[in-house]
Amino acid sequence: MSQDAHAMHPETSTGLDSRKMAIWTFIGSECLFFATLISTYVVYRGKSLTGPFPHAEWTSPTGQVFEPILEIKLVTVGTALLLFSSLFVVLALYGAQHNKRGMLLGWLGATIMCGVFFVSMQVYEFTHFVHKGLKLSTNLFGASFFTLTGFHGTHVTIGVIWLFTVFLLALRRKLPPEKALNLELAALYWHFVDVVWIVIFPVVYLMD
Amino acid sequence: MATSALDHAPAHAHEKSGLWSWITTVDHKRIGILYGASAFIFFLLGGLEALLIRVQLANPEQHVVSPETYNQLFTMHGTTMIFLGVMPLSAMFFNYLIPIMIGARDVAFPRLNAMSYWVFLAGGLLLNASWLVHAAPDQGWFGYANLTERQYSPGPNVDFWIVGLQVLGIASLAAAVNFFVTIINLRTKGMRLMRMPMFVWMSLVTQVLLLLAFPVITVALVMLMMDRNFGTHFFIPAGGGDPILWQHLFWVFGHPEVYILILPAFGIVSEILPVFSRKPLFGYAAMVFSGCFIAFLGFGVWSHHMFSTGMGPFADTFFSLMTMLIAIPTGVKIFNWIGTIWGGRLEFKTPMLFALGFIAMFIIGGLSGVMHSSPPADLQQTDTYFVVAHFHYVLFGGSIFALTAGAYYWFPKMSGRMLDEGLGKVHFWLMMLGFNLTFFPMHFLGLNGMPRRVYTYPADLNFGFWNMMETVGAFVLMVSLLVFIYNLLRSVRHGVVAPADPWGGATLEWAIPSPPQEWNFAEIPEVSGRDPLWEWERARGGKLPEPQRVSGKGIHLPNPSYWPIVTAIGILVFFTGFIVGFPYVNIAGVLVTFIGIYSWAFEPA
Amino acid sequence: MSLRLALRRQARVWAPAMFLVVLALAGCARDYPQTTLAPKGDFGRIVDHVFMTTFWWATAVFVLVEGALLYAIVKFRARPGAPEPEQTHGNTTVEIIWTIIPAAILAMIAVPTVKAIFQTAKEPGPEALQVEVIGHQWWWEFRYPALNIVTADELHVPVGQTVNLRMTTVDVIHSFWLPTFAGKRDVFPKRFNNIWFKADTTGVFSGQCAEFCGVEHGRMAFRVVSETPEEFQAWSTRQQMGSPLIGGGMVPDTTVATALAAATGDSLAQVDSILARGKAAFMSGGCIGCHAMVGTPMAGQTALIGPNLSHVGSRHTIAAGTLPMSDENLARWLHNPDAVKPGVLMKLPRPLTDDEVTALVAYLRLHQ
Repeated sequence: MSQDAHAMHPETSTGLDSRKMAIWTFIGSECLFFATLISTYVVYRGKSLTGPFPHAEWTSPTGQVFEPILEIKLVTVGTALLLFSSLFVVLALYGAQHNKRGMLLGWLGATIMCGVFFVSMQVYEFTHFVHKGLKLSTNLFGASFFTLTGFHGTHVTIGVIWLFTVFLLALRRKLPPEKALNLELAALYWHFVDVVWIVIFPVVYLMD
Repeated sequence: MATSALDHAPAHAHEKSGLWSWITTVDHKRIGILYGASAFIFFLLGGLEALLIRVQLANPEQHVVSPETYNQLFTMHGTTMIFLGVMPLSAMFFNYLIPIMIGARDVAFPRLNAMSYWVFLAGGLLLNASWLVHAAPDQGWFGYANLTERQYSPGPNVDFWIVGLQVLGIASLAAAVNFFVTIINLRTKGMRLMRMPMFVWMSLVTQVLLLLAFPVITVALVMLMMDRNFGTHFFIPAGGGDPILWQHLFWVFGHPEVYILILPAFGIVSEILPVFSRKPLFGYAAMVFSGCFIAFLGFGVWSHHMFSTGMGPFADTFFSLMTMLIAIPTGVKIFNWIGTIWGGRLEFKTPMLFALGFIAMFIIGGLSGVMHSSPPADLQQTDTYFVVAHFHYVLFGGSIFALTAGAYYWFPKMSGRMLDEGLGKVHFWLMMLGFNLTFFPMHFLGLNGMPRRVYTYPADLNFGFWNMMETVGAFVLMVSLLVFIYNLLRSVRHGVVAPADPWGGATLEWAIPSPPQEWNFAEIPEVSGRDPLWEWERARGGKLPEPQRVSGKGIHLPNPSYWPIVTAIGILVFFTGFIVGFPYVNIAGVLVTFIGIYSWAFEPA
Repeated sequence: MSLRLALRRQARVWAPAMFLVVLALAGCARDYPQTTLAPKGDFGRIVDHVFMTTFWWATAVFVLVEGALLYAIVKFRARPGAPEPEQTHGNTTVEIIWTIIPAAILAMIAVPTVKAIFQTAKEPGPEALQVEVIGHQWWWEFRYPALNIVTADELHVPVGQTVNLRMTTVDVIHSFWLPTFAGKRDVFPKRFNNIWFKADTTGVFSGQCAEFCGVEHGRMAFRVVSETPEEFQAWSTRQQMGSPLIGGGMVPDTTVATALAAATGDSLAQVDSILARGKAAFMSGGCIGCHAMVGTPMAGQTALIGPNLSHVGSRHTIAAGTLPMSDENLARWLHNPDAVKPGVLMKLPRPLTDDEVTALVAYLRLHQ
């Protein structure tokens, strides 16, 4: 994000800006991070000793009946918004690269709103689950679900903060086309966070 | 042609000396020296831990240290040597050499580079702070669950281990991103990938391993921390968890980790052998491909650390065959090194002695590794002193010998002075004697029934004689290191002044003054083949003239910055919060980190 | 160059090589009770055979490759006035050859390896003696389901009969390592692992825990007594008296006394006296809180933190191989277990008096 660190046309061995390469490299590493979390979730699927369960009903020893705890509908809306937000940030980037300030601010704002909604949905989901009796310590599902989606949510939050910072820069007219890379870097990260969710959503919410 | 975009930043007057100049440095050479000095001190600390272990084991049934202390000693010895010794010593060479070898003025992200160092130092200090509260990690360097769970490890020992490794992981990941991009993107004109020095190639592969392996242990450590502090049951059987999951996750990281430890050593040896044989590296392409193949396969052998866990015959067979397979590219490398010296004109200067010693010792370590690759045989060998012998032959006889060779080889470049050759030879022979006396008998002890990680042993098992020999060997090693330290300290001030190219080197670092000026090259060179210096000398018909020091006017370098250390402090504070168990400390850490990152981002480079 | 100088140069190269060879040979010389290299059981032999195959191939490779290295070091050392060496960059044929040959050698190791993997993975049939091994911090529990025996730290097996060990742990991961007869297998909580062997010699052999399991991992050994079927039968019968798996461990006092008198050769009167004083100390000293003992109310317990002591006197060692069984060692242990095995989970509620210790030593040694 440095303002003037790099020349307009840095001469690199690949022709790619080093910062863009760095983000891709970082994303490659993060793939393993989420792969490990997702693998753990999958390995422990169906192994919880006690409920509540994600897709199945459960009657506790005290006789209390628990519905399957995942609320697919709400999360589907959040997923859709997150997916659309990737499109929005592409549009914002186009605006940045072609000096269309309105387009940049509008679509970037929309992206951020989607991100905020997604995180809010997750916060709601987490608190709701805790009220319904599913905590980190309750069972393997609680442990692996909250850890996996919690880390993803943290990544979304960091992305929202980053995009918002770029938004402020754009607002203060500090994001001319020559500096569009600053948005592109954030957008790449945002796409990654989206792609991870595209894996998590079916694995956790759709698969039984 | 300038390759660094940093040439266009406004120049600042850079402080050249004083503590503040070191704290704010973003110069890869200084950062390399910082890594090297810190790593060497940690290495000596790990060596002290080893000496205490050896004193305790010298005779049967001794009580020099309590079992609690002993378990902390061997855990910290392993953790220190791996994460605070070999890895940062390699990082010293990555930092110092990579930009110069590829013809660049600095790495792609100088401030990120500085941050990696400070975070590493923070991790090392955090880990060792545990000694101050008599609660050093004591669960073995691979920390198997469920021993590491709160129920069986109630104290903060394991927590120190977890946060220490997490902090160190951040340092490694940041550095890996940096060096990966640097090598791929900042090579000078003409330096195609297949013209890079072998050290740069091996370093590149190492960065890829770091990037892909560390996230796995990060997650495993997070899960263990959550088990210990937040009530989860990832590895707790009573809650449905499976301790074997820890082993799988750990070794998916742990096996690539050992290649992270050895590949830079391979690279160093590949640089030194040709120079002291006066002929090029034999089989450059084979060396590149075998290195890549080893790294790739290295992700497919992890369960050979788990042959005694009862995975079943099919899993055992798969991992056994994969492990045997990985011996092939490793052997290819050894043969190519022998091919390099074959037909050469060998000069036995100290770097060459250590490089040859490396090959000799690594062959032994590699062969004991092949013995381990057979699960039925391994059922006797694993968790005994046989495997302790194996990994010391590859990590000490391998990595440390190679790093020492590198130290003698590049010391003149870094300091402008030669290390004393006579003392170097004494160091070498004492180290060979001490190393083999310490570790070769461990093969016998293991095969004859001594398990590892035992704080003592009964007299009637007859382990006493070889244990005593090993302890003697350890002290011989200590003496050899004292010789080295003396040589270092004396030579830094009074060593013979070194020219740019004292050894007749082939790569770009020998074309610039010793020590280099801050900008590395007066003019960024262009290359048209491997071994550019030899090519230029052949064209010239003799040695190149001694390079002149220039004023540096017009060369723009990245400005120093204190935001990297601030960010590192934020990270340290955040993780310390888990030790003190006080969430406000975590929050403060996050805030400081954020301030550090934002200020850094908006600071002109 | 002068012969002396040449020899000196040679010595520099050969001396370390010889040193290693001497070390290697010396390694074979002594007697190691826990060695893996002299197997006395079938599983151990299978494993040893595979090991020796890899060992000899490795030795051959070692001699060839180190030899080539040493040869090159001597032959190609710089001589004054020597010309610049040929600037060879590589040789594809040679690369192929030295890729294929190691692959072939590895195949020679892989084939017996895979065979042995499957051979050792097969669980023995119903003719095997089933034993359950349960790891504890820091002792080994052994149960014989068919014989209803529960014992600790000493595993008796009939020579010439396959023994199938089904293994688990109640706390952390341990590893059951019996070098003389088999190999090692880790034990996991809530899971069963398996290893088997058939001893072909009688004798007393030792094994150890081989997976770091906490502060006293180093003192978690066990004994295996391989004996004739008759001796094994006699041992089993003695062990069955007071076993928690038979009638809840409840045995009339007279039966206990008679059995112990027969086992030790003491008179009934002596036995009664030892039992009376010892049991009193056993209860007042708090031992009963952690140890099942025939003749006490806790005789039927199988889930206590400490080992079953009903036949502790028959064992060769105390505290999982830490001390040989003797009056002095027992007394030492009872006075201060933590001094013998620091960190041990045996925490006395209060120090025992000298009288209590004397009574307990006799009592425990009586229980053969």
